[in-house]
Amino acid sequence: MSYTAQDFKKGQPRWCPGCGDHFFLASLHKAMAEIGVAPENVAVISGIGCSSRLPHYMATYGMNTIHGRAAAIATGAKVANPNLTVWQVSGDGDGLAIGGNHFIHANRRNIDLNMILLNNRIYGLTKGQYSPTSPRGFVSKSSPYGTVEDPFRPAELCFGARGHFFARCVATDAKGTVEVLKAAYEHKGASVTEVLQNCVIFNDHCHDVVYNNEGRKKNAIYVRHGEKLVFGENNEFGLVQQGFGLKVVEIGKDGYTLDDVLVHDAHCEDNTLQLKLALMGNNDGFPIALGVIRDVDAPTYNDAVYAQVEEVSGMKKYHNFSELLETNDIWEVK
Amino acid sequence: MAEKLEVKELDQVVVRFSGDSGDGMQLAGNIFSTVSATVGNGISTFPDYPADIRAPQGSLTGVSGFQVHIGAGQVYTPGDKCDVLVAMNAAALKTQYRYAKPGATIIIDTDSFGPKDLEKAQFQTEDYLGEMNIDPNRVIQCPLTTMVKDCLADSGMDMKAMMKCRNMFALGLVCWLFDRDLNLVANFLREKFAKKPAIAEANIKVIQAGYDYGHNTHSSTVNVYRVESKEKVPGRYMDITGNKATAYGFIAAAEKAGLKLYLGSYPITPATDVLHELSKHKSCGVITVQCEDEISGCASALGASFAGALGVTSTSGPGICLKSEAMNLAVIMELPLVVLDVQRGGPATGLPTKSEQTDLLQALFGRNGESPMPVMAATSPTDCFDAAYQACKIALEHMTPVVLLTDAFVANGSGAFKLPEMAKLDPINPPYVPEELKGKWTPYMRAENGTRYWAVPGREGFTHILGGLEKDSNTGAISTNPENHDLMTRLRQQKIANIQVPDLEVDGDVNDADLLIVGFGSTYGHLRSAMDELRAKGYKVAQTHFKYLNPLPKNTAAVLSKYKKVVVAEQNMGQLAGYLRMKVDNFVPFQFNQVKGQPFVVEELVNAFEDILKK
Repeated sequence: MSYTAQDFKKGQPRWCPGCGDHFFLASLHKAMAEIGVAPENVAVISGIGCSSRLPHYMATYGMNTIHGRAAAIATGAKVANPNLTVWQVSGDGDGLAIGGNHFIHANRRNIDLNMILLNNRIYGLTKGQYSPTSPRGFVSKSSPYGTVEDPFRPAELCFGARGHFFARCVATDAKGTVEVLKAAYEHKGASVTEVLQNCVIFNDHCHDVVYNNEGRKKNAIYVRHGEKLVFGENNEFGLVQQGFGLKVVEIGKDGYTLDDVLVHDAHCEDNTLQLKLALMGNNDGFPIALGVIRDVDAPTYNDAVYAQVEEVSGMKKYHNFSELLETNDIWEVK
Repeated sequence: MAEKLEVKELDQVVVRFSGDSGDGMQLAGNIFSTVSATVGNGISTFPDYPADIRAPQGSLTGVSGFQVHIGAGQVYTPGDKCDVLVAMNAAALKTQYRYAKPGATIIIDTDSFGPKDLEKAQFQTEDYLGEMNIDPNRVIQCPLTTMVKDCLADSGMDMKAMMKCRNMFALGLVCWLFDRDLNLVANFLREKFAKKPAIAEANIKVIQAGYDYGHNTHSSTVNVYRVESKEKVPGRYMDITGNKATAYGFIAAAEKAGLKLYLGSYPITPATDVLHELSKHKSCGVITVQCEDEISGCASALGASFAGALGVTSTSGPGICLKSEAMNLAVIMELPLVVLDVQRGGPATGLPTKSEQTDLLQALFGRNGESPMPVMAATSPTDCFDAAYQACKIALEHMTPVVLLTDAFVANGSGAFKLPEMAKLDPINPPYVPEELKGKWTPYMRAENGTRYWAVPGREGFTHILGGLEKDSNTGAISTNPENHDLMTRLRQQKIANIQVPDLEVDGDVNDADLLIVGFGSTYGHLRSAMDELRAKGYKVAQTHFKYLNPLPKNTAAVLSKYKKVVVAEQNMGQLAGYLRMKVDNFVPFQFNQVKGQPFVVEELVNAFEDILKK
């Protein structure tokens, strides 16, 4: 059975005009159609926040739960019903502040959730407070003189929690978004997809350097496993390793040739270089990495749970409650 | 040495085994209670373990006790004080003697009363019995350690392994004192250590030595107690703790409903044994997830229920605080969820290993918004099975979270559990959405009793969204409509009110009691014993006890209004009394409130109720 984006659409989104959530939702509909899992076998589970309204616009099973708990609730749903494809949608506040604990543990357990982190670096629904991804010094309603704290960098948190999949896309980039969503689905285990998006009301322009095609050509690098890490309008730049770090070179200059440029290895177990790619900001000539940065196979929690059930069932002689009772010290009163 | 002990023919007897945490007192107590139950005695047990993580050996804080109450008929409590106290060292005697009745027989290991032992136990002199005012004639002073060593000298066991058998010597002595058939004990041990026959035989040898020691050295001066079996209820039994019975109730209910059992939990005393127990039974398809926190334990269980399982979460009071938001989400999403609260002393971390009934109002009302939720409380260790089973049945059939209250006392205590038959347990039928509603169904469409239908993911044609925001009762879409919110609030309230629970039963002088004793949950046995004692004294007394707290039994007001005087006795500052006053017009009860972290003492109850009767 094949599906179209229409099969996954429901209702009329209520986000502000121009909000990145609209763009992302359209890409998610498209990705789900291409993935081809029937809507009744999909659950989309969110927390609270603007982006967490998303399941209301999906013709799948869904839950728009409570603040921060989406990953925890999704964990129970996936473990209890491993046949479900589970997408967990959170914003930066929902996922990394109030839900930070569940975020890291879902990654550590490597439960097969497709975790979407819609990162606009602001609390939108509560009307404009800084979030755990707002940069130091960020001025907002709750930080009128600028924040005095450093933000999380989602990839760092994911990797620190032993995450095996991390991808990044820009909400307005439909092609790039659909591509990473499909990869996130294909990855068995926890996947984190960071979606860069604006908040037109409270944090517009926060991802401006990569928000349109021209910007991405200049300021982003699309990383693909097995391909050279080159970027620029004519792929004239490349990433090479220098010492413990990465360096941007212009191919053909200073003695650098294409051969010197690193080939992306998303499957590498050691995440050192992947982290370096993920942490590149738009400074010192570095591009922002988009695409699948890390994608490493590892045993999933849900598979392991059921494998253990099967293994123990094979070893034990009791398989229902009545048989379980008989394993105790029993006496009879006549 | 004891010179002359009295003959005791008893209807019931209480034995307390006490020693260092590592002395195996619980095992000795368990064997004794099981063997007694085998011959048809009523049994009830309760462990009293130290809160210290790892107290130094021989220290006062490292003493753990295990109390066994056996009776000719049914026994309702582990007993106030003991008739026989086994004290394996000086610290045990020092801390546990206060649980002994005047005139109780004391068994001590004199090898553990050396100068160092006495110092650790903070005795001032070598005359420890004199210091504690204990009549030496009541004491069986036995060089127990030496005798165990002698007994096992040829066994080839090392010293450490030999010392682990000390508890069996004490058990042998107790078995002699109560005329227990050692063959039953031997059979028990051979089954328990089926894979380690050498250990079983060593233990049996030591038990026999203890028995013979009693017989040879004391039979001319000490008479054995006898507790006959008078009220035998035929059947097959096992000894079960409340926590284990709770776990069994969950397993049985899930199997009956044809659902997977999912437990999301986080370790917390005194509820952790439920997680331990359920984690063992993967061969019954039980899924347990030890979560990152209490919040996730509850939230993931709710996710599991959404996905079509029976979601259960287990905790104690501090965990309930954290689970409250997800419990509330279950209320508004109208999904099944069972929340087990094994109550302990509070507030905050409070008394982690001790028992209280102080979470009642939290369970009933401790959430934001109008958040009606069924609440139940198990009345004994064995009743935990039925309570857990019924909690699951209500949750699944009425699409609601249910709080099941137990407490450290029933959770750790044990009793003789008559094995249930799966076929005879109540059916459990969740309200799955009928196939013919396909195309017409919306998520908050209700069955006749007001229950929302359950559409489990995977069913084609029933995709829907649930959530924490208020929904339109007809369409299921997000709604802030004032009339709709008022309606949905009432529908949720009515749904819970519609749940059928059994009527209150009244025992004792049902028609002409001068005093009605009222309680809930784990205090049933103590209140029952208090009533029995008062009636034996000639008073007209009745008892009723709440297992279902929301909704209340339909005859609640009628029962409470029928008697001249009513006393509500509970291990909190009056939570049930206040709740009943809210629910029953003109209800003004006497109150008995105690918050000591310890079980009620029947004698204290009797005295307090007698005062009320005399007023």
